[in-house]
Amino acid sequence: MAVLEKPVAAPRARPREQSPFARIAGDFAQSPVAIAGLVVIVVIILLAVTASLIAPQNPYDLAQLDIMDGRLPPGSSSADGLTFWLGTDDQGRDMLSGILYGLRISLIVGAGSALVAGLVGTSLGLTAAYAGGRVEAAIMRLVDLQLSFPAILVALMILAALGKGVVNVMLALVIVEWASYARTARGAALAERAREYIEAAECLALPKWRVVFRHLLPNCLPPLIVIGTIQVARAIALEATLSFLGLGVPITEPSLGLLIANGYQYMLSGKYWISFYPGIALLVTIMAINLVGDQLRDVLNPRLQR
Amino acid sequence: MLLWFLRRLLQAMFVMLAMSLIVFIGLHAIGNPVDILISPEADQAERARIITQLGFDKPLWQQYAYFLQGALHGDLGRSFVFNEPALQLILQRMPATLELAVTAVLLSVLVGLPLGLFAGLYPNSFAGRAVMAGSILGFSLPGFWVGLMLIMVFAVSLGWLPSSGRGTTAALFGVQWSFLTRDGLAHLVLPALNLSLFNISLVLRLARAGVRETMPLDYIRFARAKGLSPTRVVFVHVLRNILIPVVTVVGLELGSTIAFSVVTESVFAWPGMGKLIIDSINVLDRPVIVAYLMIVVVMFVTINLVVDLLYTALDPRVRLGGRA
Amino acid sequence: MTLELRDLHTHFDTRVGALRAVDGVSLSVRRGEVLGLVGESGSGKSVTGFSIIGLVDPPGRIVSGQVLFQGRDITGLPEPELRKLRGNRIAMIFQDPMMTLNPVLRIDTQRIETVRAHDNVSHVVARTRARDALGQVGIPSPDERLSSYPHQFSGGMRQRVAIAIALLHNPALIIADEPTTALDVTIQAQILAVVQKLAAERGTSLLWITHDLSVVAGLADRVAVMYAGRIVESGSVDAVLDRPMHHYTAGLIGSVPSRNKRGAKLLQIPGMTPSPLDRPAGCAFRTRCSAATETCAQEPPLTMPEPDRTLRCFHPVRI
Repeated sequence: MAVLEKPVAAPRARPREQSPFARIAGDFAQSPVAIAGLVVIVVIILLAVTASLIAPQNPYDLAQLDIMDGRLPPGSSSADGLTFWLGTDDQGRDMLSGILYGLRISLIVGAGSALVAGLVGTSLGLTAAYAGGRVEAAIMRLVDLQLSFPAILVALMILAALGKGVVNVMLALVIVEWASYARTARGAALAERAREYIEAAECLALPKWRVVFRHLLPNCLPPLIVIGTIQVARAIALEATLSFLGLGVPITEPSLGLLIANGYQYMLSGKYWISFYPGIALLVTIMAINLVGDQLRDVLNPRLQR
Repeated sequence: MLLWFLRRLLQAMFVMLAMSLIVFIGLHAIGNPVDILISPEADQAERARIITQLGFDKPLWQQYAYFLQGALHGDLGRSFVFNEPALQLILQRMPATLELAVTAVLLSVLVGLPLGLFAGLYPNSFAGRAVMAGSILGFSLPGFWVGLMLIMVFAVSLGWLPSSGRGTTAALFGVQWSFLTRDGLAHLVLPALNLSLFNISLVLRLARAGVRETMPLDYIRFARAKGLSPTRVVFVHVLRNILIPVVTVVGLELGSTIAFSVVTESVFAWPGMGKLIIDSINVLDRPVIVAYLMIVVVMFVTINLVVDLLYTALDPRVRLGGRA
Repeated sequence: MTLELRDLHTHFDTRVGALRAVDGVSLSVRRGEVLGLVGESGSGKSVTGFSIIGLVDPPGRIVSGQVLFQGRDITGLPEPELRKLRGNRIAMIFQDPMMTLNPVLRIDTQRIETVRAHDNVSHVVARTRARDALGQVGIPSPDERLSSYPHQFSGGMRQRVAIAIALLHNPALIIADEPTTALDVTIQAQILAVVQKLAAERGTSLLWITHDLSVVAGLADRVAVMYAGRIVESGSVDAVLDRPMHHYTAGLIGSVPSRNKRGAKLLQIPGMTPSPLDRPAGCAFRTRCSAATETCAQEPPLTMPEPDRTLRCFHPVRI
C-alpha cells in the first residue's frame, strides 16, 4: 500500500534538539518578506551611522550651503559641480544628505526612547506581577489610564508642558510607550509565574531578584521583543509627526518629519521632492520594522504555531 | 451598575484634576506667555496692566485656585490670544473635528470590514495576501505624509479635489456641517480618507484575525453541518462574533481618531479643535490648552462608557459590573 | 444500507508532508442501526465523521475512496448538493456543548435558521417546529427558553438543544462526535436515553464516535474499532466486546475499570498512539503489541473471521 512508498521519516529531519534561537531563526526565515525587511533595517542603520562619511554634503554646515541652490529639482547640479540627486530644499540643502542625517536623528530618537521605555515598562510590569497587592494595583491603574489616552494626545500635552527639544521628545515618547511594555511584561510574568519551574525556584529559596531576572524575565522576553519592535516603528512615526507639527526636534537637528514639514509649503507649487523623498525614507524605515515585527509575532507566538 | 458608573466618574474627575495641574505647572515652567502676548514695544505700564488683567501677578497656586473655582462654574478661563472664553472657542470648532473623525471611522468600517472578511476567508489567495500587505502599508504610512501626498496627487496634479478648509457648510441643529453640501463633501473626502487610513488597516486586521479564529470553531462547523448557506454562516455566525472586537476597537479608536485629527487638520487646514490646540501650544495660550484637555478627558470617558455599553449589547455573556 | 464508506483516505497537507488522518477506512451503517466508532484521540475518527458530510477544510482533503449515502456516491458532490444533505438527511452532533452553539446568537435563531435552511417555510412555522423539537428532547417549558442565549443553559441542556437541532429534519443518519464526553455521567445517561429513543422511533441510523467503550456497550448495535487511521476490527457489539480478536481491542477492553474485575490488575496498552506523520509501516499497532512478529511489518489484510465481522491482524487473539 501507499504507506510503504513514502517514507514518512522526513519530518523527523528537523532535529528536536535545535536551540530555541535556531528554531526561531529558522521559522523567521520562512518569510522572504521579513528577511527583506531585516536587510532593509540593517542597510538603514548602516546609512544612518555612516551619514557623515557618505553624505555628499554636511547639511548643517551653513558654509557649505548656497541659497542660490535652493529648491532645485532632483538631478540638478550646483555651481561647483555637486549633483543633487534628490533635489534641494529652500536653503539649498542637498535632500539626500538631509535625509541621511535626518535618519540618524529619527533612529536615535525612536530606538532610544523604545529602549528606555522598554526598561522602565518591563521593570514596572515585573514588579507589579511579582509584588501584587497595592503596588500592582497602583501600577496597573496608571497603565490603564495611560493606555486609555491616545499616544499623540499624551505626547502633545507633555511637549506643551515641557517645550521642544530632542531630549523632551524622547521623554514624551518614553512616557507614551512604557505602559504597553508594563502591561505585556506583567501579563507574561503572571502566566509564567503560575508555571511549576518558578514555584520550584521559589522552593529552593532563591533570592527574589534572582527568580525574577534569571527565571521569569527570559521567559517573558518573546512578547516583549515583539512589542519592542513595533514600538520602535511607532516611536519613529510619532516623532516625525510631532516634528511635523512643530513640537518635536528643533530646526537645528532636523529629523525626517521636520524635513517633510519644510517641504509642505512648496508642495502646492509642485515642488514635491522636498517632502516626498524624506517621506519615502520614513515609510521604508517604518515598514521594514513592521514587517520584521509582524513575522516575529507569528514566530514567537506559541498560540499561532502551526 | 451604578457603582461602576460612579467609579468611572470619579476616575475621570481625578484625571482632569491631575492633568490640569501638570499642564499648569509645566506651562509655567517653560515660558511666560506675557513675552509672547505683549508686543516688545509696549511700555512698562501697559505691560503691568496686562499682567494684572491676566492674573499673572498672583502666585501660581492662586492662579490654579482661581481656575478651579471657575471650572466648577463651567468657566474654563479666557483665551489670552482671542480674549474669548476658552470653552466657547473650543466648542465652536468641535463640530468640524467630530464630523471629520466620525466620517473617518465610518469609512474605516465600510472599507476595512469587507476587506478583512475576504482576507480571512481566503488567507492564502493572492488577493488575500495583497490585502494583508496593504494593511502593513496602512500601518506604516506616516499619516501627515500621506496627507501631503494626497494633496499633491488629487489637489495639485489632478486638481480633482480641494486641498484645504471645510468648503461650503450648511446648518443642521444650529451647527454648520460640511457633509450637507456638495462642495463641503468634496472638501471632506481627502482629510477623512487620510484620517481613516490607519483605522482601515486596523479594522481589516481585526476582522481577518477574527474570521480565522472563528472559522475552525465547533459552532461554525455545527452551523455548516446544519446545512446553512455559506453566506449565512459568514454574515450571521462569523460576523456577529467578530463584530464584538471590531465595534469595541472602532469605538475606542474614535477617541484616537479625534486626537489624531490634530495632524490631519494641520495638513488640510481643517478648522477644527485640533488645529486650535496646535496654535495654542505654540503661543502658550494656557486657558485654551487646559480647556482642551478637560474637554478631551470628558470626551474619552464618555466614549469608553458608550463602548462598554455597546459591548454588553453585542456580547450577551458580558454583564456590566462583573468586570473590575 | 444508510451509509457505506469504501477505502476512504483523508489527508492533511502539511509543511512536512501528508498527514494521513484517515487511511483507508471501510465501514457500513444499516438503516436504524447504531454503529459505535471507537478509538483513541488522534485515531482519525472525528475526521472520518467530517469526511462523510464533506466538511474537511483545507489543508485537509479526501484523497480517495467513496462515501455512499443511501446507495448514492456523495464523495465528489458539489457544495450546494452536499449542503442539501447536511442538517437535512445527515445531521451531526459535536463533542463540546459549550462550543457547538454560537454564543452570540439566541437559541431560537439558531434553530429557526436550521428549519429554514432546508424547508421554505415562514418564520412562524419554523419557530413552532423548532419549539416542538425542544420539547421532544426533554427540555422543560420550551416557550420560555426560546429567546435564551446558549450561556444561560447548562452543558446538558445545550447538548439537548444541539440534538433537537440535529433531529429537526428527521435525518436518515446522525453522526455524533463524542457528544457525551464532556458531560457528567448522569447527564450522559439522560442524553443517551433521549437519543436512543428518538433514533429508534424514527428509524434513524447513528454513527456514534467515542472513545468510551461503556457508552458503546450500552448504546450501539455494532462497533468498529479505529486505530491510526484504520478500522482494525469491527462486528456486533456482543461479539467484539466479549471476544475481541485484535490485540488493540483487547487492550482497550482490558483497560476499562469495571466491577467484575475489581481487585484484578488493570491492563494497560504500553506506549503511545503513533503520530500520524510517523506511523510504523504494516500494522500500525505492532510497536505496542505483545503478539507482534516480523510478519506484522507487512500490511495486514482485511479478513472476515466470522460472518459480519472484519479484522486486520496476522495474529488474532485466541480465546
